[in-house]
Amino acid sequence: MAIATKKKLVQWDPTEIKEELLKKYPPKVARKRAKQILINEAQENETPEIQANVRTIPGIITMRGCTYAGCKGVIMGPTRDIVNLVHGPIGCSFYAWLTRRNQTSAGPDGENYMTYCFSTDMQEQDIIFGGEKKLARAIQEAYDLFHPKSIAVFATCPVGLIGDDIHTVTKNMKEKFGDCNVYAFSCEGYKGVSQSAGHHIANNQVFRHIVGENDEVKPGKFKINLLGEYNIGGDGFEIDRIFKKCGITNIATFSGNSTYDQFASAHTADLNAVMCHRSINYVADMLETKYGIPWIKVNFIGANATAKSLRKIAQYFADKKLIDTVEKVIAEEMPEVEKISREVRTRTEGKTAMMFVGGSRAHHYQELFNEMGMKTISAGYEFAHRDDYEGRQVIPDLKVDADSRNIEELEVEADATRYNPRKSAKEMAALEKAGLKFKDYAGLLPDMAKDTLIIDDLNQYEAEKLVELMRPDIFCAGIKEKYSVQKLGIPMKQLHSYDSGGPYAGFKGAVNFYHEIDRLVNSRVWGYMQAPWQKNPQLSASYNWE
Amino acid sequence: MRKVAIYGKGGIGKSTTTQNLVAGLVELNRKIMVVGCDPKADSTRLLLGGLAQKSVLDTLREEGEDVELNDIRKKGYGGTWCVESGGPEPGVGCAGRGIITSINMLESLGAYEESEGLDYAFYDVLGDVVCGGFAMPIRDGKAEEIYIVVSGEMMAMYAANNISKGICKFAQTGTVRLGGLICNSRAVDNEQEMIEEFAKLLGTKMIYFVPRENDVQRAEINRKTVIEWNPEVPQADVYRNLAKAIDGNKDFVIPTPMDIEELEKLLMQYGLMEAA
Repeated sequence: MAIATKKKLVQWDPTEIKEELLKKYPPKVARKRAKQILINEAQENETPEIQANVRTIPGIITMRGCTYAGCKGVIMGPTRDIVNLVHGPIGCSFYAWLTRRNQTSAGPDGENYMTYCFSTDMQEQDIIFGGEKKLARAIQEAYDLFHPKSIAVFATCPVGLIGDDIHTVTKNMKEKFGDCNVYAFSCEGYKGVSQSAGHHIANNQVFRHIVGENDEVKPGKFKINLLGEYNIGGDGFEIDRIFKKCGITNIATFSGNSTYDQFASAHTADLNAVMCHRSINYVADMLETKYGIPWIKVNFIGANATAKSLRKIAQYFADKKLIDTVEKVIAEEMPEVEKISREVRTRTEGKTAMMFVGGSRAHHYQELFNEMGMKTISAGYEFAHRDDYEGRQVIPDLKVDADSRNIEELEVEADATRYNPRKSAKEMAALEKAGLKFKDYAGLLPDMAKDTLIIDDLNQYEAEKLVELMRPDIFCAGIKEKYSVQKLGIPMKQLHSYDSGGPYAGFKGAVNFYHEIDRLVNSRVWGYMQAPWQKNPQLSASYNWE
Repeated sequence: MRKVAIYGKGGIGKSTTTQNLVAGLVELNRKIMVVGCDPKADSTRLLLGGLAQKSVLDTLREEGEDVELNDIRKKGYGGTWCVESGGPEPGVGCAGRGIITSINMLESLGAYEESEGLDYAFYDVLGDVVCGGFAMPIRDGKAEEIYIVVSGEMMAMYAANNISKGICKFAQTGTVRLGGLICNSRAVDNEQEMIEEFAKLLGTKMIYFVPRENDVQRAEINRKTVIEWNPEVPQADVYRNLAKAIDGNKDFVIPTPMDIEELEKLLMQYGLMEAA
């Protein structure tokens, strides 16, 4: 530890750090990991290639989650009035229950199943004899108890192994009920290389079974969907507050605090605003192809990013009144944010951060750190693909390996009656010319400084090594990393569940974040990591033979 | 106690051969338990006179944890204990997992205890070695002697070779050995010679040649083993001799499975002899 503290004083060389990270590995592992560790060049027109979305090497303690976690936990978990029923042993259900801190408001209808844990609780008998009948009974029970609009069924690993036909069961139950949409997700944990596969599976089924079910036109002039916002710690509430103030109608959030009807009406919106590109870009693309709704990338993490995203939305609708309202809202909200950031900045300026989280968060949160004058010295994603690092222009060159082929790719065509391009080709071209980019995401690399380290699928060993060598002032990841990092004497902030904090999105969220990070990086508690007797022994003695 | 498992291609006559063989061993005053490891639960039909036997897994499902040994085994011909593992209907669940569960259940209920005074435990196992569950009887020393029922038909020999591969794998870590091949004749050309040669190449021997005989069918229609149905017919003696051969067998080997080319060569050599 003493050596490490000293090291911080010398300017670290990224090449040396990379070598140090790889030193312990056998040659083959080192070769593979080397491709996932990149020293950023921050060049204008080209970014170096990083390897991502590949299998974790066996033996490495990865930060990743499973496909079931991505489907049930991330995408469908935050929906409030869909009964999310896990078909499998109880552990899979229990550990996916309310752990991501996605908040809900029960709404006027009072339908909120989030606090319940629904599971078929498979036993050995169900594995041997098959769990289809038990699943049908569980769906019936949930229906009888709650009469929900919709029931979603999630497959865990054993269900895939014994081959329960969950899709036929759900189809039959849907027909039987008549007033409840029932469908299933083949999101067995072992599929794919990370939770990313689960996002894709969830996207496919939501699009196939729910989107487009309700054609009713909702009131509102400027109607958007917010994709890839999961209302962790109430982020979605803050964003919705801002939308409302601006006069923007949010038809559907995918999927923070969302309802079945939001998904079902998503095709009636006029713009898709994509937050987390990785987890939801499939739905954005499909909504465009089938219904003609364009999508833009937004980011509501960071006050400046929020302002920028609002302006983008206003620019799209090209309505003078909306543009003015957005400017008015920004002018109203910003002074308070800037006041706090100025104040906090006196204590946070020049401090360093590391972020290894998600498929977008490691990028988005750099906005907030920048606003506090903090530098992100190393970052990476757990489950992103190359386009999330390097930008969407690499998509045509992505190698489709066997693991990705295993995940269904929906073929979507323009809807015969409901396809309606929201903007003419001419209008789109004009908007593009004015600087509004559609279907565009430049990724993490261009926004990071030269010589920063970008590491995909970081693991336990490398995380500890990195912290030891670079001694950041704060490390951000998930619950699995929290305590091992804290034991190294570095404050740790969870950016999956926000520990017990939030919201961090929008204007008010930014303020919350400034205070939280200020509190963490300036805490003196880390100075007390060593007990007094570890530093100055009260007694000293020597052996008599010495 | 000798722990014997009978494997072989589906439909080759494992259950029929096992039960007739057991009847022969009963005449030698042996005390036997037969464990059917087939989800169809028809491995003890002849010994029980067609009595429907409640399977271990059905009992477990209905009774919950409160299961006694006598709930899952039934006394059949000559005091033989009959057990059916049972399993799911075709196309659902995991039959392999079922076999693991029911053998563990038998063990924990003490079906193999010395006090039971068993000379033999027979496992009659479905088809080929298809997954972990079906290999259960040859894992962890559940069965130590394997006999493969085979005929001169190519697919039967192919299956026998595959099963030998399974035995090989588990023989490295455990006590399982191949006791020999039982040829259940399909009246193929040069069948006996070919199976004898096949056995030799596998490093074992053909323990007995069971000729094709309609009396087996007749006994089955009467839900009886041949020995019980008509102890006088020549086929009854065939099974008596098979029982003696197995009872006296001391040659237990780790088989030497062949590659597919070798196996095809053998078939050509014997199968084409007449035709040529």
